Amino acid sequence: MSTARHSTTRSLAAHGVLILYTVIALFPVFVIVVNSFKSRRAIFADPLALPTSETFDMVGYQTVLKQGDFLLYFQNSMIVTVASLFFVLLFGAMAAFALSEYRFRGNLLMGLYLALGIMIPIRLGTVAILQIMVASGLVNTLTALILVYTAQGLPLAVFILSEFMRGVSDDLKNAGRIDGLSEYTIFLRLVLPLVRPAMATVAVFTMIPIWNDLWFPLILAPSEATKTITLGSQVFIGQFVTNWNAVLAALGLAIVPVLVLYLIFSRQLIRGITAGAVK
Amino acid sequence: MGDLTLANVTKSFGATQVIKGVNLAVNDGEFCVFVGPSGCGKSTLLRMIAGLEDVTSGDVRIDGERINDLAPAKREIAMVFQSYALYPHLTVRDNMGLALKQAGKPRAEIAAATEKAAEMLDLGPLMARRPSELSGGQRQRVAIGRAIVRTPKLFLFDEPLSNLDAALRVATRIEIARLHRELGATMIYVTHDQVEAMTLADKIVVLRAGRVEQVGRPMDIYNDPDNTFVAGFIGSPQMNFLKSGPFGLRSDTLGIRPEHLEISASTGQIEGRVSHVEKLGGETLTYIRTADHELLTVRQFGEHDHPVEQTVWLTPDQSRAFHFDAEGQRLRA
Ligand SMILES: Nc1ncnc2c1ncn2[C@@H]1O[C@H](COP(=O)(O)OP(=O)(O)OP(=O)(O)O)[C@@H](O)[C@H]1O
Ligand SMILES: [Mg+2]
Repeated sequence: MSTARHSTTRSLAAHGVLILYTVIALFPVFVIVVNSFKSRRAIFADPLALPTSETFDMVGYQTVLKQGDFLLYFQNSMIVTVASLFFVLLFGAMAAFALSEYRFRGNLLMGLYLALGIMIPIRLGTVAILQIMVASGLVNTLTALILVYTAQGLPLAVFILSEFMRGVSDDLKNAGRIDGLSEYTIFLRLVLPLVRPAMATVAVFTMIPIWNDLWFPLILAPSEATKTITLGSQVFIGQFVTNWNAVLAALGLAIVPVLVLYLIFSRQLIRGITAGAVK
Repeated sequence: MGDLTLANVTKSFGATQVIKGVNLAVNDGEFCVFVGPSGCGKSTLLRMIAGLEDVTSGDVRIDGERINDLAPAKREIAMVFQSYALYPHLTVRDNMGLALKQAGKPRAEIAAATEKAAEMLDLGPLMARRPSELSGGQRQRVAIGRAIVRTPKLFLFDEPLSNLDAALRVATRIEIARLHRELGATMIYVTHDQVEAMTLADKIVVLRAGRVEQVGRPMDIYNDPDNTFVAGFIGSPQMNFLKSGPFGLRSDTLGIRPEHLEISASTGQIEGRVSHVEKLGGETLTYIRTADHELLTVRQFGEHDHPVEQTVWLTPDQSRAFHFDAEGQRLRA
């Protein structure tokens, strides 16, 4: 891990760089959150100032919550993200297990085919996807979004997880086989717990683009009942007038669920990213 | 009961044949050791017996019954791996009991079997721990315990001691020998350590490149090797191979163990210079460079001093020598 020699200057320099990076990365978030609590005039007068008793104004949040369906949008985003995440992890892990564990004809080709999606953006297929959804009557349903996001997340999941599963001891799986465990039990009870850090990594990388996506909700599910939070926030951005208080409040609220999910996965995530380096 | 027969067993990975037709019979209660250099197919053969690897052709039989297509769990075998392979999420007790639980045995029976195995291996105080809380030696004892609990027809060991330090290796080796006596079970043991092979085995199988070179009791193999490969592989330090020409023999190669070469400062048949001396306490190994042969090793008991670069004379004890033909096959008188 770290070298035994702890040079104070070096660790100071490292921390300085990291703190600087943290500040830069968090700055936009900070601006959004701070300004969401200010009156419209104060936002434009001094965007970087903290809210004072004069400029403090909850009007943005009031608008957002009065807009009525905001809870529904939240719920839609949550359902879509969690369901897609679940399917990506489940199918990704299963495919990865098959690719890494079994010798069969076309194993390598199948692996390449499944990984191809990492390089080809799924949006290229938007027209075809829309046609499929229209034909199958799935337009304006959350199912359409879940299907598309599952497809979008699978390549990276299969790629990362199969690499990790190759690292799980063969002896352990074989011991399970000799003791009479089924292949499903070996997968669920022996292998999955050992690749948990990788699962968390995949979860985070899958979850954030889904939560933030505007493209597919706009095309596949723009109806009032199926709007996601990102799409829902757009109502406040007009061509001529933008209700900045409401936009900032909506974005501020949208950060919370992702943050919570991230915190759940992050302990595992750190182990996942550093797995190769630290072993 | 548990005798094993391999009949013309082969194994190919793609186009490369790794096991090239192995015939072998292991009797009930026998301790059989597979030895051979790295990559010769010992593990592959063992995994085929366990059912973890398909048999390309030939038959594997336990108690006369062909088991080629039987799942590993149905073969009534137990295996101990080099890397222990304990289930990380289970306690020692559950690790040992899992196979019986999977087989649907009643709880009381599992508990009794686990306790008995734990007692045999002194695992009592460790039963509630998880594998991560055990030392390497303890883990391997648990893995052996897990094998015992199942009362299998056949125990399979794949280099179980090679991750342990020297002292622990000796202790665990003695433990395995004791278990074999107490259980009277058939055991197949893979190793590349010939001390383990010599001390544990009833029957040694020497493998090279997917073929059986020789099968026999340890001392028979040591005293009566079939070819230069077996003669060189079994015995440490390695046997010396001399060209027969200078001795006026009809064989091609003369094999002589290091303890059967006599060293003298004045007279002998082969002249050479001392290249290096190793004093091991109980014995002294002297390496000697010669003009006609390769580096030769002489083993003497007790402590001896031979200054490096001194000229010495060696005499092989002809009555203990082995003769081999140009292909390395033994020429028996
Ligand atoms: N899955 C596989 N695919 C292709 N070749 C393999 C596979 N497994 C083993 N081999 C090859 O089979 C040969 C025998 O391997 P095996 O593991 O049985 O050797 P070993 O005698 O156990 O060696 P060691 O003492 O190093 O453990 C090796 O040449 C190896 O490269
Ligand atoms: Mg091996």
